[in-house]
Amino acid sequence: MRVTFTVNGSQQTVDDVWEGESLLYVLRERCGLPGSKNACEQGECGSCTVYLDGSPVCACLVAAGQAEGRTVRTVEGLSDTGLDPVQEAFLDAGAVQCGFCTPGLIVQAHDLLERVPDPEDAEIREALAGNLCRCTGYEKILDAVRLAAARRTAK
Amino acid sequence: MRPFAYERATDVRSAVATLSERPDAVYLGGGTNLVDLMRLGVVSPEMLVDVTRVVDATIEESAGGGLLIGAGVRNGDLTADPLVRGRYPVLAQAVLSGASGQIRNMATVGGNLLQRTRCSYFQDTSKPCNKRRPGSGCPAREGDHRNLAILGHSSSCVATHPSDMAVALAALGAVVHVEGRHGPRTVPMPGLHRLPGDEPDRDTVLEPGDLITAVELPELPFATRSRYRKVRDRASFAFAVVSVAAALDVADGVVRDCRIALGGVAPVPWRAELAESALRGAAATAAEFGRAADIELAQARPLRDNGFKVPLARNVLVGVLTDLAEAR
Repeated sequence: MRVTFTVNGSQQTVDDVWEGESLLYVLRERCGLPGSKNACEQGECGSCTVYLDGSPVCACLVAAGQAEGRTVRTVEGLSDTGLDPVQEAFLDAGAVQCGFCTPGLIVQAHDLLERVPDPEDAEIREALAGNLCRCTGYEKILDAVRLAAARRTAK
Repeated sequence: MRPFAYERATDVRSAVATLSERPDAVYLGGGTNLVDLMRLGVVSPEMLVDVTRVVDATIEESAGGGLLIGAGVRNGDLTADPLVRGRYPVLAQAVLSGASGQIRNMATVGGNLLQRTRCSYFQDTSKPCNKRRPGSGCPAREGDHRNLAILGHSSSCVATHPSDMAVALAALGAVVHVEGRHGPRTVPMPGLHRLPGDEPDRDTVLEPGDLITAVELPELPFATRSRYRKVRDRASFAFAVVSVAAALDVADGVVRDCRIALGGVAPVPWRAELAESALRGAAATAAEFGRAADIELAQARPLRDNGFKVPLARNVLVGVLTDLAEAR
């Protein structure tokens, strides 16, 4: 089947998509956007988090056909110029170990800060509950979100 | 995953007509449970009919003074709705306690009601399971059942219903609007989900072709004083070990009315009708709440490893009702 959708601001038409493919597979293998990661494939780990029509979802659980006509924004599309401030905060806080969970965490944290610019720790933890870091580097990840929030409110 | 056809429904009637003719087809909502189950090989439909663009996705005041929630409303939008949060806080709290932000953003109200049990034997296709393959047996009865049912189970199935939202809806007495091959009808909750008996493969009373189009909340002024409390094995993103949805109407220290449902303890969202009757007219005290909980839980038939759920459910129920009685 053919799937036409908007990815990071530009319209994409992808042909010969098998119905069983996920949005994640289409993004990674057909659109050349490997930022979103393929890990649990069950919606448990959040490594594949992307914006779908403005809300973060697990792209591994979105059937390709469900993306038809919709708007997707991946970690690659957070900033038009260089890095998004959330990405910079993750770098500066050393919140990256193996890096596999990082893109999903960045998209989810990005959404949190769009909605709640100055979140409490409990809000950060709840917002990131669907993102697993198997290196268990959660303290630095929390630091990164706090840093991004602090820089944002300082502006 | 087995090959399947994907169709985008153009309107509700034709979607219902398609599924009424094709028992091998299923509706697709958000897909957060269905896509997962297809990948695990637990279900293998020949066709998915995506109804997310034809089912209503708005929340409006209903003619009866309640709320009409479109079946296509995303769980995340439901938790953010000011009318839901103000009038039925138990529902917003229940939905917010389930899954993760990403899943709630995708999952729909209709799909949430129809999600399947997370019993590990149901999800493991290498194991027998009467719900997945009728007649194959139930290893959970003698096996790993710590988090399975203490109420309403049968010799063929001891699975629990996984939805938090459905527990709140059962407590509130929601009415499910269904479009079927013979037209529209309504199904009250509790009553949508069925006890397993000797047919555990049938989770609900819905017939082939039936499509949930909306959920209606009745007018219930005292539901402004309502609450959902969920006990789980970790602080977030886990299914209920035990949960309680309750609304309480107290005047002069006496319970005028109440609505109570339990989650994580039964194959259906468990409306605690015995506890409710015991409480109407009783003093709003912890002792009376405990007495009502004991009356409800006298029906429990715990398995070898889940007897702890009986006192846990009692404690959570007493705690929630006590908090509601003291709340202003």
